[in-house]
Amino acid sequence: MSTSATPLPPAASAAPQPPRPVAGQRGMRSALEEALLPPLVALLIALVVGDILILTFGESPRQVYRLLIEGTWGNPYGLGQVLFKATTLIFTGLAVSLGLRAGLFNIGAESQLAAGGFAAAVAGLTLAAGTPAIIAIPLCILAAAAGGAAVGAIPGVLKARFGAHEVIVTIMLNFIVLAFLNWIVAARMAVPETLHTAEMRAGTVPRLADSMGAFHGSAANWTILVALAAAGLVWWYLERTRAGYELRAVGLQPDAAEYGGVRVGGVWIRAMMFAGALAGLGGINQVLGYKHYYEDAFTGGAGFLGIAVALVGRNHPLGVVLAALFFATLSQGGLAIHALVPKQMVEVLQGIVILAVATSVPEVRRLLRESAARGVR
Amino acid sequence: MIVLAFLIQTLRISIPYLFAASGGVIAERAGVVSLTLEGFMLTGAFTATLGAYYSGDPWVGVLCGVAGGLLAGTLHAIASIRYRADQIVVGIAVNLLAVGITRFFLRLFFESSSNSPRIPGFAGEETSGLFAPFADPLVWLGLLAIPAVAFLIGRTPFGLRVRAVGEHPEAATTVGVNVPRVRYAAVILSGVLASLGGVYLALDQHQFTDQMTAGRGFIALAAIIFGRWDPARAGIACLLFAAAESLQIQLQTVQAIPSQFVSMIPYVLTIVALAGVVGRAVPPAALGKAD
Repeated sequence: MSTSATPLPPAASAAPQPPRPVAGQRGMRSALEEALLPPLVALLIALVVGDILILTFGESPRQVYRLLIEGTWGNPYGLGQVLFKATTLIFTGLAVSLGLRAGLFNIGAESQLAAGGFAAAVAGLTLAAGTPAIIAIPLCILAAAAGGAAVGAIPGVLKARFGAHEVIVTIMLNFIVLAFLNWIVAARMAVPETLHTAEMRAGTVPRLADSMGAFHGSAANWTILVALAAAGLVWWYLERTRAGYELRAVGLQPDAAEYGGVRVGGVWIRAMMFAGALAGLGGINQVLGYKHYYEDAFTGGAGFLGIAVALVGRNHPLGVVLAALFFATLSQGGLAIHALVPKQMVEVLQGIVILAVATSVPEVRRLLRESAARGVR
Repeated sequence: MIVLAFLIQTLRISIPYLFAASGGVIAERAGVVSLTLEGFMLTGAFTATLGAYYSGDPWVGVLCGVAGGLLAGTLHAIASIRYRADQIVVGIAVNLLAVGITRFFLRLFFESSSNSPRIPGFAGEETSGLFAPFADPLVWLGLLAIPAVAFLIGRTPFGLRVRAVGEHPEAATTVGVNVPRVRYAAVILSGVLASLGGVYLALDQHQFTDQMTAGRGFIALAAIIFGRWDPARAGIACLLFAAAESLQIQLQTVQAIPSQFVSMIPYVLTIVALAGVVGRAVPPAALGKAD
């Protein structure tokens, strides 16, 4: 039971740990409560803040929320856009959560995502025109993973070799990698008058709209299947493989894992490479499925939002998928409500949700522990 | 003449860094992670713009900017200290919130998604020329911030407590220091100081623009780490990073090095410092730990 409980974020692991619930009905119930309560609390707080913001603009909250739902899940185009945005967020959310399971805070998903998208576009530009899709698409997908993994490996190696804190290294790398990509695209590869490369010659992925007319106009494409497969694969890796078990052990107690014979440094490097690869894969949604070229700054914060997705999804692959859909709904919904309230409202709500989950996780844990100690349940 | 212009430009560019880094040093030395500097600056820039716009007086702008920093700092402090939330997550949330809130209220107050109307600043139209920046009292304040914080941390009882709760909170508690209270004070003070960096930007450019801090809070954080959490060294790092930018601006016509590579300098140096190639950067022992 305790293995399926959500792991603690790294800083919290430095705090005194509550005793793990004993296996059994009660342990499972409290583990579930510990996992699900913080996102619910956060949602409630976000709703209240949202109401206040809407009221300051002199609109009716009910009207705005109705518009938000209608503009997202209420019609095929809106739904398509939600699926499109969720695809990237599933990848970046998985990238952050895999790091967290290993006790590493990967703030670098933004630049890993950009590097993945860039590598995919370069692969698509290098391939000969007319390369069969069955070869070209997997090659471009592999390139995206490799691009992200290369960026992710750096903080992993620096932490394992020199003890450099991965949070600072990934933040600094974001600036370095994005500046580098900006330079190489602007100075060497851009189509004149633009900040994007030429269109790839092979490796594009069809949109959902190509076979389901209702999605017409939306950017949703079949790379979402890769995202779902990646979520399944991450679950399988973490829960069903020896390497995944080691990764989780390192995340919970690096010293104990080391004592148990795990090479902690190696696990860190591997975890950051996998995390980078996952974030890099996010690039295929935009590059293979939508634009068919690499555009400077296409990431637009999706890497940072991955942190929110991992947090709200409580670091579980299924949770990450659901949280990605939630944040994608918010961000698409912002456009739907723009007529009444500025779309910037959803950015405020995103921040509120993250803050509320972060503050309620330790609080919920404490309350549950107290009530268990009192024998209330 | 060119050298003088270069030096003065370096000073100008360094002011926001100096404010933010001096604030960040206090919070980090008290054991609270300062990823929030960017958000503090942005909040300060926006509230200062509101104050200066509606009053027509830059000093009211400064006061409002400080109030904004105070609020943002308090939010960070409550989440990190009272609720023991993960400080890195809180930092990211506060930064996101600052971007979202300033954008939202930019729409509400000024009906724009990019910038505010023109606001009064300290350097008026008529003061131009090489030494114009020195007409701005915030420049002087910014230059004083680092020495003041160095004195505060190194020579005062409060500074001793800050260092104690950042290195060994348990020991500090044993000798009667109220750890949460010292951390609250440190974080809120960091909010106020960092926000002044944003205030300077807004008043200097005579307007608020969306995301006008443009990563300066992270450059300040880089300076803190590169300066190994020592205020004086962090200040020197700020000047160094500003000099690199200033040099790049001076060399713009020559096109010697792409600007992107110059902008990487602070971040590359920080990673190098963290990796310990030129002397190890060791953070305060209790940095990021809830209690």
